[in-house]
Amino acid sequence: MALIQVEVVTPERIVLQTEADIVVARAAEGDIGVLHGHEPLVTPLPVGELMYRTDGEEKHVAIDGGFMEVRPDKVTILADVAERSEEIDRERAEAARRRAEEALSQQRGTELEAAAAASLQRALLRLRIAERRRTHERPPSRPTGS
Amino acid sequence: MASQREIKRRIRSTQNMAQITKALQMVAASRMRRAQMRVAASRPYSEAMTEIVADIMARPGATEHPLLVQREIRRADIVLVTPNRGLAGALIANVNREAHRLVERIQVPARFIAVGKKGRDYVVRTRQELLADYTGLADNVSIVELRPVAEQVIEDYRNGEADVVYLVYPRFVSTLRQEPTSVQLLPVLPPEEATITASWNYEPDNPALVLQDLIPRYVEFAIYQAQLETLASYHSAQMIAMSNATDNANELVQDLTLVMNKARQAEITKEISEISGAAEAIRTGA
Repeated sequence: MALIQVEVVTPERIVLQTEADIVVARAAEGDIGVLHGHEPLVTPLPVGELMYRTDGEEKHVAIDGGFMEVRPDKVTILADVAERSEEIDRERAEAARRRAEEALSQQRGTELEAAAAASLQRALLRLRIAERRRTHERPPSRPTGS
Repeated sequence: MASQREIKRRIRSTQNMAQITKALQMVAASRMRRAQMRVAASRPYSEAMTEIVADIMARPGATEHPLLVQREIRRADIVLVTPNRGLAGALIANVNREAHRLVERIQVPARFIAVGKKGRDYVVRTRQELLADYTGLADNVSIVELRPVAEQVIEDYRNGEADVVYLVYPRFVSTLRQEPTSVQLLPVLPPEEATITASWNYEPDNPALVLQDLIPRYVEFAIYQAQLETLASYHSAQMIAMSNATDNANELVQDLTLVMNKARQAEITKEISEISGAAEAIRTGA
């Protein structure tokens, strides 16, 4: 099957540029899976996860909101901020989550509550994606012999 | 003719200046490379964004969006992006002059939002209205730090405080050339140079909803990019200015050395003629 090009760009850098069998993004109204030959599409992306499969391996990118532009041979994601799972430092992500939780409990009922909730959501997403990498690093052992 | 000692002192102080300007030149050169790389790094995002905005604005109904609608122009906001520091030749004067010309051209009251100290100083000095200033931004500025600027101009435009918003900054063309530029930020104009290569479907299938997410990002990114271009322009201009200063100082040292050698020779000649004069006087007198 033909491969589709995937590019994740932010205002600050190119986060990802590769080819994949399939790309799955979390859009506002549910997941969108994109294969080579998909019809052209533009959709906003909320804070969420992007998955792409290449060489039979699933990889993940944390997308901090943005846009997805789909063409038959190429997917471009314009993200505000994005991180590949292997870039995320688990300890720092964990610390960010604690800070976000603390901020949220302090801001409850104030006008800053929504902002605190959003940053907690981002922190949780990064943690989840960091976790995914760990499972990739240690694949479950297969029974050997017959 | 000045005394030898005096000239020697001037040579030394000029050499010191040359050392300082040389050091500044080296620092500017390394910062310039980094700033130019950051401008280049933002280009893929910029191209994709420009294309989507161009496509969506060509669609029916898009121009009814509150941030795209043209109104009668009675008041303007100007976002003036400048460096925080000087020693960059004519760069800052040129940007501020561009802002001055813009104000004259639009012929409506304008209020400024200064990103960078030099622009703020200009607005204050000329007694124009300053809405806000963002002067603490470092070289490694992130787009998040410029979000408040975007939010403020969008807010002003929405509630009628401004009918048009301009962005003024020194556009980075090359190391040798920076062009003061003013562009209209709001209402958003369809990008000129974009070539639309695909006609997209929208999800949700309503351009207005997509625009709601897209336009604030577009404005924010435009301001961020202006800041990156300003940094690249600034470090380039400073490197060139300091390189010229170093050359001038070295030239001056050469000229002064020549003057000093002449003074020394004149002194020696004078002494010899005095001695031989005296010897002659002794011989004839004896």
